[in-house]
Amino acid sequence: MSSKSVEDYLKAIYILSQNGKSVSTTEISEHFNIAPASVTEMLKKLAKKGYVRYSPYHGAQLTSDGFQVAERVTRKHRLLERFLHDVLRIREDKVHSEACEMEHALSDEAEESLCRYLNHPDRCPDDGKIIPACDLPFSTCEECIELHKKDLEESGRRELIPVSITQLKNGERGKVSFIRGGHKALQRLSDMGLTPGTEVTVVKSAPFHGPLEILVRGSRLALGRGMSERIFVEAEKA
Amino acid sequence: MTHKKLIIALAGNANVGKSVIFNYLTGLHQHIGNWPGKTVERAEGTLSFKGYTIDIIDLPGIYSLSTYSLEELVSRKYIAVERPDLVINVVDASVLERNLFFTLQLMELETPMIVALNQADIAKRKGIEIDTEKLEQLLGVPVLQTVATKGRGVSQLLEIAIKVIEKGQTTRREVRYGEEVEGRIARITETLQDAQFIYPRRYVAIKLLEGDEEIAREIAKLAPKAVNTAKELAGEIENLHGHACSTVITSERYEAAGRIARQAQKLVPPLKLTAEERLHNLTTDRITGYLIMGSSLLLIFFAIFTFGNYTSDLLSNLLNRLEPLSTNLFGTGIVGSLVWGGAAEGLIAGVTVALPYIIPFYIVLYFLEDSGYLSRIAFLMDNIMHKIGLHGKAFIPMMLGYGCNVPACLGCRIMETKRERTLAAFVTTLVPCAARTVIILGLVGHFLGIQWALALYVFDLVVIFALGRLAFRIMPGEPSALIMEMADYRMPQVKTVLKETWFRLAEFIKIAFPLIIVGSLVIKAADVFGLLNPVANLLSPVTVTWLGLPVITGITLIFGVLRKELSLILLAALLAPVGLQALTPVQMVVFTLVAMFYIPCVATISALVRELGGKKALYITLFEIAFAIILGGVALRLLTLFA
Repeated sequence: MSSKSVEDYLKAIYILSQNGKSVSTTEISEHFNIAPASVTEMLKKLAKKGYVRYSPYHGAQLTSDGFQVAERVTRKHRLLERFLHDVLRIREDKVHSEACEMEHALSDEAEESLCRYLNHPDRCPDDGKIIPACDLPFSTCEECIELHKKDLEESGRRELIPVSITQLKNGERGKVSFIRGGHKALQRLSDMGLTPGTEVTVVKSAPFHGPLEILVRGSRLALGRGMSERIFVEAEKA
Repeated sequence: MTHKKLIIALAGNANVGKSVIFNYLTGLHQHIGNWPGKTVERAEGTLSFKGYTIDIIDLPGIYSLSTYSLEELVSRKYIAVERPDLVINVVDASVLERNLFFTLQLMELETPMIVALNQADIAKRKGIEIDTEKLEQLLGVPVLQTVATKGRGVSQLLEIAIKVIEKGQTTRREVRYGEEVEGRIARITETLQDAQFIYPRRYVAIKLLEGDEEIAREIAKLAPKAVNTAKELAGEIENLHGHACSTVITSERYEAAGRIARQAQKLVPPLKLTAEERLHNLTTDRITGYLIMGSSLLLIFFAIFTFGNYTSDLLSNLLNRLEPLSTNLFGTGIVGSLVWGGAAEGLIAGVTVALPYIIPFYIVLYFLEDSGYLSRIAFLMDNIMHKIGLHGKAFIPMMLGYGCNVPACLGCRIMETKRERTLAAFVTTLVPCAARTVIILGLVGHFLGIQWALALYVFDLVVIFALGRLAFRIMPGEPSALIMEMADYRMPQVKTVLKETWFRLAEFIKIAFPLIIVGSLVIKAADVFGLLNPVANLLSPVTVTWLGLPVITGITLIFGVLRKELSLILLAALLAPVGLQALTPVQMVVFTLVAMFYIPCVATISALVRELGGKKALYITLFEIAFAIILGGVALRLLTLFA
């Protein structure tokens, strides 16, 4: 079992599962266009490694470890798509397959440089999905630009990659840990009480990708979708 | 008794009942204007108390004193530079932590202050009980419980305020930040020792560490060394914490606010959802929310238009009876027709639009705002408004635009940035107001059937969407996201609603009436001196050749600039004895389309000038003239093709 196929499977489950639900063997086999039997076999191996929880009838669900790997490789994939599209001017419908090949070879260091080089993009070019956050311990991208010249090793890394609050289910909570953007965005959010480390509860989101309703420091806020996607938290299961 | 003058400012978050206290204190002795050179509202009122004449300034509702929005900047400047004798900080007891964050910032400005702990009744229902004495002790400033909606505690507030002003405030505590921050604040204040400024030194030091550009610019002139030192020290804090210095300070300030809130309040959340929460859930739900919004908006429009139509007719009949009186006084000569046909008819025009439509619209709007429902509408509509580069709050002035574009343009002040104000104001001028509704229903609706009138409404929405999107693409800058508090629902206060309506109406009359009257006079004069027909002939290449309308529409469209529905009323008069039936169905549609878009009316233009400046108002006006002409011509050709 190569690391490439592990990453591909975890990424597939990550994309196919919505709101952390289980993904069935059939869905995965259709996704890769291979026989269900080989999928089952692979899922069992992944379960043994602790990346997924697997049961024959319910399908597979990512564990915390599996989720980390999947987020990381999805991040690399979507950053690469942006690079191929924005810089190399490769056509939108071609970037996906290209990025699928390159994502496994991209080192973490190159990924971080790529993110800075592309000016911290939000979404991938082909289907507009959110690019997951990195695991550097900064609270904004501006901090990352200012501080990365100093020793990165010294600043350490996060244990868990923070997730966007739009990925939380209704009623789930998390602690604000990273705002994709600059000081200005952070300042505006901080003034409303969303300082790094603050606990945020997602109440619900308005339909058709509308704004989020959140609870923070005892008050109820409506947060525009685009802004919500840039707020990343350390998720904590409700 | 000597009448000494005092100035007291009210400051606090939005939705804390600040304006209720303001209204309670000042009654009708209020003056609403703008801050000099800014489109931020300034409400001021006076009262007499214990031998003092007190000016009360109601500062805008804000959450912080950073420089994110104009409101914040204006408030900070006012408190720091103009130094009121005292600031009353109105605090919402039900959201204590967030409110105290603002209180702590006010305290850093070191003006004498007291805290009005308001809405304690709402807090109690949410299971929050606050120990006022404890809070007072923790903050070091007087704290008073008030229930402003019932007037409870408001006069004690004044008494304490006077006491503090007379004796001075000595007990104020200051927010202590972490050691590493405090040490550096001290070092900056040292370098500031010799310089003289209006701001307190500690405040300057903190703001410089936070990287506040506004303060840095001012201080750079007086003590350039301090600015550089602060930059260095901020860098050190950044290295220590791994976070930007402003974030560190804001976080610590919030922590302090949270600590104080936790010490002063007891929290026993009720087991059942409160009625307010259930109402909130219903009105923001993905299904019931939209149903409730849709049906209440329809109901409101229907009610206002029925009422407006009826009273408008009644009023104009009543006022038109005055014509013989004017004829008796001024005769039917040039003077007489100028007085009646010009000035008086202008006034009647204003009255018959303003009173029947605008007053009920304002009453409903402030009723919705005061109850908290408007923020739910903004929540539900945010997504759609984003498509034209605006956020949910912009839906509110748009709604107002269906009544009258003038208050709608003024209402665009609620948008945070200049760019959004411009965009929102542009979009609202495209909304068919009551006057345009008269044309749509009176011409197309009456002669071609209501389905055609509705089709025009739908088409209008399409145009708003398309042009809004276009303007959003063309105008430089990033759209700002919605960050809005959804305060708990509460019972709207009739007094506040009526007062708001009254002051808005006064503002409307001030802006619109002089222009409508002067405009009427000018056009009537042109009429009396026989200038209208030559002008109509001059316009005939556009009206006749391009738009396929009768020559006289040139005249009526000019009148329509004063008041849109005049263009229809006049057209009917000029086409007598046949009346409007003289128009072909295609002409009706084309005329209505042109009348809907061709220019904002003169009162709206003046509102645009006031809110956006002359240049942008001119661009919008010119664009809409060109757009309507092109649209009308294209419509004519397409309709003849299919008809």
